[in-house]
Order: sequence, then structure tokens, then C-alpha cells
Amino acid sequence: MIVAERKPLAEILKMVQDCKRILVLACKGCVTVCSAGGEREAEILASLVRLGLQKEGKNAEVNTASLVRQCDKEYIDSLDQYKGQYDAILSTACGVGVNFIANLRPAEHVYPALNTTFFGGSAEQGIWKEMCAGCGHCVLHFTGGLCPVARCAKSLMNGPCGGSVNGRCEINDQTDCVWQMIYDRMGRLERQQELTASAPIRDWSSSGHGGPRKRVREDLTV
Amino acid sequence: MSFTPDIRLFSCHYTAQQSCTEGGSILRELNFPANITMTRLACTGKIEETDLLKAFEDGADGVYVVGCPLDGCHNVKGSQRAAKRVASVRKALAEMGVEQDRVRMYHVERGLHPEFIAVAEEMDALIRSLGPSPFCRKAA
Repeated sequence: MIVAERKPLAEILKMVQDCKRILVLACKGCVTVCSAGGEREAEILASLVRLGLQKEGKNAEVNTASLVRQCDKEYIDSLDQYKGQYDAILSTACGVGVNFIANLRPAEHVYPALNTTFFGGSAEQGIWKEMCAGCGHCVLHFTGGLCPVARCAKSLMNGPCGGSVNGRCEINDQTDCVWQMIYDRMGRLERQQELTASAPIRDWSSSGHGGPRKRVREDLTV
Repeated sequence: MSFTPDIRLFSCHYTAQQSCTEGGSILRELNFPANITMTRLACTGKIEETDLLKAFEDGADGVYVVGCPLDGCHNVKGSQRAAKRVASVRKALAEMGVEQDRVRMYHVERGLHPEFIAVAEEMDALIRSLGPSPFCRKAA
């Protein structure tokens, strides 16, 4: 899922300080699962925005609504029911949702309430960890299913750097060295020999270095 | 200028149980501050951050939650959950430049103990010292 977290309140309040009618728009997708921008978090944020503006002597009507996803045109279309009712939409979706609204509602103000952080999973309740960088060129079949692009601080492709100490990364000693994990796992799978092959120089053009990416499936387009 | 704070208390059913007998007369006899409005919950684990924030929106100068001891909750983890939600609201208040102590969590033994009255008096004194809620400024 896409993992995100609420922006600092001061930053959010500055975005909407001159608005009189604000719609805090939740997303029922990834940000609900990671407890950053679902209906519950949108209700909390709406209350905080009302209080924050009241503290500055301003009154605003702040309501909430939610979409199944903010990254699909068909759901964005349902925003028509609110047309003209709000000065701004404060989206608690990831950056994709904010972009979708901005693209499809050219005359409406939309602001991000979250910082979109990474693609990850819930390691345990309340803790999420980055697992994928969306680089567009997956190498997991060479590395026992563990990603060196997302989980190595240097995205190294041919083993650990000299900073790997006792299985921990030199960037942060609370972070596992993924190359140590890959080595150990490949050993358990009796595939360690495969790691002696050198990975070729990587083509990063699929990872966004060539500009925004787009995927088309002709069999699905209508 | 004298100031009588509006304080809202969210209390665990078990913690507040005996305090509510006799129509609340026991509380009055024990000098429970009259400016504290109590809402009893089946368990403080039921409380949501929005409940605490709504109290401020409704004009409260201070809000506090009284639940079971951390290791003695009738519902095992209810008061632990409540403490985390109170902590989250304290963090949000700090982000807005508001005194964190306007919202507090207390863990008190079940039944009507002197501590239930003591924390009420402590909260009352604290909010009196902090003054009126900064959220009650009149709109420009």
C-alpha cells in the first residue's frame, strides 16, 4: 500500500487560513489502511482545523466526506455533488489523489493534508515499513524476494557496502542491512551461489528518471 | 477577574460507578468541583480523539479522562488505548501552540476513592491557572 502521514498542523492551517468553507476529503484506499487519511482521520483533522482557525479568531465551516478512492476518475466525478459549496478541498489521500482532483477539477482548490512517504506494509500494528520503491525494474527474483533498491540506503545491486556492521545499516543502526538479509536468506534456500554473479549496470530509465511514467493496457482501454 | 473553567470529564463506568449513586449527591458531599461535567463511558477504550476535540469545540477549557490503572483495566487494554488517544490530542494541541495540559489522562482504581476527587481538584486548579481556552476567541 501507499503509506502516508499527516502534515504538521501549522502547514495545513496556513493552506486553508483564508477559506470559509472547507471539505476534508477522506480516501477509503491505502491511507485508510495505514490510518493516515481514512474517514476517522478526516474527522479528527476537520476538528483540528476548526479549532486551529478558531484560535486565530477565524470561523470556517469544515465538513468531511469520503471517496472509495481518489485515484479513479469515476469516484472523482462524484465530487460534482459538492460543486460551489466549498472554497477548498483538503484531501487526506496520498499525492496521487490530490493530483487526480487537480487534473479533473481545474477550477477548484485542492490541498494535501498528508505527506506521502513510501510503498510499504504493516510490520505490526501501528508500524509500517518501506518495501518497494516502484522502480519499474523488479529484481526480487535474484535477491530471494528482498528488495535492495528500496531497502538498501544506497540501492546497491551487488552486495553490501563497507558500512554494514553486525547486520545493521551504517545509516541507522536500527535498520537491517538488506544485503545481509539477502545473503542469509539465499543461504537458507541453498541459493547463495547465485549471488556470485555480477548484476549488470542498471538501467534506471524505468524508475522515473525519464520523467513521469505511464502504463497503457490496450486490452483494457475502451 | 474570576474565572470558572468549563471542564469535561470522560470517566470509565467502573471508575465512576459509585460516584454516581444517590443522583451524584455523594460527589457533591465530597466537594467534587461543580464546574466539571462528567460523561461516563462503558470503557475509556471507547473514547475517540474526536470526542476530546469536540469538547474543546463545544467550549471546554480543559478535558480529562479517568480510566482504570494501566495494568488493571476491566477490559484489559481499554485505559491503555485511551491514554494513547489523549497523548495524540496533547501532541496536536502542542502543534497549535496550546498548553498540552488542557487535556490529561488519569488512571485511578475502580470505585469511589479519594483519588477520584483529588484528580478532579487537581484538574480544576490546573485549568484555573491556565485561564480560558484559546479556542474561544471571537471570530474577527
